[in-house]
Amino acid sequence: MTATESNGSTNGAVPARSGGQVICEAILAEDIDVIFGMPGGASLPFYDALYHYQDRIRHVLARHEQGAGFAANGYARATGKVGVATSTSGPGATNLVTSMANDHMDSVPVVYITGQVARPAIGSDAFQETDITGISIPITKHNYLVMHADELPRVMAEAFYLAKSGRPGPVVVDVPKDVFLEETTVPAPDRVNLRGYRPVRAGNLKMVRRAAEVINASERPMIMAGHGVDISRAAPELFEMATGGNIPVVTTLHGVGGFPETHPLSFGMLGMHGLAYANFAMGETDCIIGLGVRFDDRAVGKVDEFGPNAKVVHIDVDPAEIGKVLDTEVPIVGDLKLTLQALNPLIEHRERRPWMAQLNEWRENHPSLDIPDSPDTVLPQEVVRSIYDASGGDARVIADVGQNQMWASQHFWYEKPRRFFSAGGLGPMGYALPAAMGVQMGAPGEPVWCVTGDGGLLINIQEFNTLAAEKIPVKVAILNNAHLGMIRQWQQFFYDGRYMGAFLDNPDFAKVAEAFGLRGVSVSSRDELHTAIADAHAYDGPVVLDVHVDRVENVYPMIVPGTGVRSVIEDPR
Amino acid sequence: MNGTSRSHTLVAMVADHPGVLTRVASMFRRRGFNIASLAVGNCEEPGYSRMTIEVRGTDDEVKQFEKQLYKLVEVITVRDLTDVSAVQTETALVRVRVSAADRPVLADIAGIFHGEIVDVGRDTMIVQITGVSETIDRFLDVIAEYGIDELTRTGVVAMARGSKAARNGSARG
Repeated sequence: MTATESNGSTNGAVPARSGGQVICEAILAEDIDVIFGMPGGASLPFYDALYHYQDRIRHVLARHEQGAGFAANGYARATGKVGVATSTSGPGATNLVTSMANDHMDSVPVVYITGQVARPAIGSDAFQETDITGISIPITKHNYLVMHADELPRVMAEAFYLAKSGRPGPVVVDVPKDVFLEETTVPAPDRVNLRGYRPVRAGNLKMVRRAAEVINASERPMIMAGHGVDISRAAPELFEMATGGNIPVVTTLHGVGGFPETHPLSFGMLGMHGLAYANFAMGETDCIIGLGVRFDDRAVGKVDEFGPNAKVVHIDVDPAEIGKVLDTEVPIVGDLKLTLQALNPLIEHRERRPWMAQLNEWRENHPSLDIPDSPDTVLPQEVVRSIYDASGGDARVIADVGQNQMWASQHFWYEKPRRFFSAGGLGPMGYALPAAMGVQMGAPGEPVWCVTGDGGLLINIQEFNTLAAEKIPVKVAILNNAHLGMIRQWQQFFYDGRYMGAFLDNPDFAKVAEAFGLRGVSVSSRDELHTAIADAHAYDGPVVLDVHVDRVENVYPMIVPGTGVRSVIEDPR
Repeated sequence: MNGTSRSHTLVAMVADHPGVLTRVASMFRRRGFNIASLAVGNCEEPGYSRMTIEVRGTDDEVKQFEKQLYKLVEVITVRDLTDVSAVQTETALVRVRVSAADRPVLADIAGIFHGEIVDVGRDTMIVQITGVSETIDRFLDVIAEYGIDELTRTGVVAMARGSKAARNGSARG
């Protein structure tokens, strides 16, 4: 590192602190009260610093570094703060790689403190040496290898600033063992000044006026709201735009809850497993208002059939997302909240009766979320509905990846942001349990439900131990269909039923939970289900419900990959 | 999202940090951009380097490339010089297999292309030639019949004409 970018002003020299202490102080300065990690040889000096801060920073020992990373992601998303995960060098750091990639895809601010071998050993293929800064370049927003403790105050300030500002993302700070121990008198900078990084604030006013003209002139507008609504805390402004202008709203997977789903202007989630009417709307709209979205392929499907006659107004904080997928009539780079505050007063209220009638006709005739009769089996959708009912709709729900993720997004009506959490971009199975841990730590006292498949649970089931040891009262509902359900569904649809690697020979998860010291309950009928969910909701500790659901239930609606929004497969029953 | 593919020349100012070249190269590769050449060296500000990147693509693709380059924290400015008035040049060193009898002919050809003979061996000569890439291409074509023993090119470096202050819209702000 050179001194050229450390031009933030400072307060003058301060008493000597170790590198480890500098990191702890930086964590406290961010108002972060919980971090997640697993120690190892290279990070022992950092743990020695944490020992002296344990009254102010709670360290949650995860049972696998990936669990620590996903938990930090959950904590960050639940609190709006930066999450922190820490590991040792080598295998500790490589075990965090999936979590880094996940944060990067989902724009979640997490700072990773990884131990590195001591400076003299770097480059010698030392025990547990891995080039984590090299490995993590394409899956982080930025990363640092800190070669002197004097750099650490600046690097920590930059790391947190980069993680949370602009389009958030993960930042790795790789610290050699002897740098944790080295002392420095350099103070933390008052502010961060990175010459090559200046996130935009409000959007260009000329473009904002142009956006208003396009929107006001449209006959069939649709707002497509994404993760940016939550990241920018722009849900009130979105509500104002939709209701003020009488503009219907669909959301992406990460936009779920950005607009109240029971509102008449809400047309639910779009995309591959989105609601039929949400997708029909995107085929026919004449004006797509993309708010904090990146027009991901799972949301858009075939680009040519996605609003083929629509003008696109796209507001996003990341200039690289604008024009990446769709030709954009009005590109606005800016913070969503600030931009909507400028745009909303220019939006005219218009009735647009034919369009509203059309949308409501689709909603009437393509309900998408009816749960079919199933006398002999519990359907997985019912589990999600039951959680909705038991919690009065106000639980935080963390879904894993696959069928469970889609049902959890569909069959619960989320009224607020930060109620539904899911790993949307990377799609790492095993996300839900550790992420739920982090959400619960960030939202103490609030009901937190982990909705997972049996396959995904097994990927990070070691975190049952963390739930028990730390008494984290997460409720786990396993939609146990004895399959990798989405694999089975795709093999049924696209491989003529040649099932390969789709069947799971599961353990008794209730017993497994009990062995970990958790309350474990096995559920196999509808009556048991509602009682078990109500009991779990009322219980103040962690519970695992192993719900034996229909083994071959599919997720509908479904858009076959490569086809467009009008080619929805609705439930054939 | 379409258009014809052509060669673009981008100039980026980057922080002179360890790993910055890896970051830039990693982004090229990951996003599938086709880099024709890349030249890096010191620039007028201590602590920073300037990169000249030749990339093939449609205007939309290269715009996306430019935006992705901007997103790297250590990239300070990026400018596409393709359609602006700019000086572009590169240097090649060519070792040609040549008999003593053919040396004068080759020296003549090199002279026509403003090349310089910088080394002569028993049956080889090294020619240094500087100019726009097309000139170097033509020189190489003309001498191909003698047999090119080894070739190395620096890649293009480029600079817009006129003072920095006179230009607009290069820095991110």
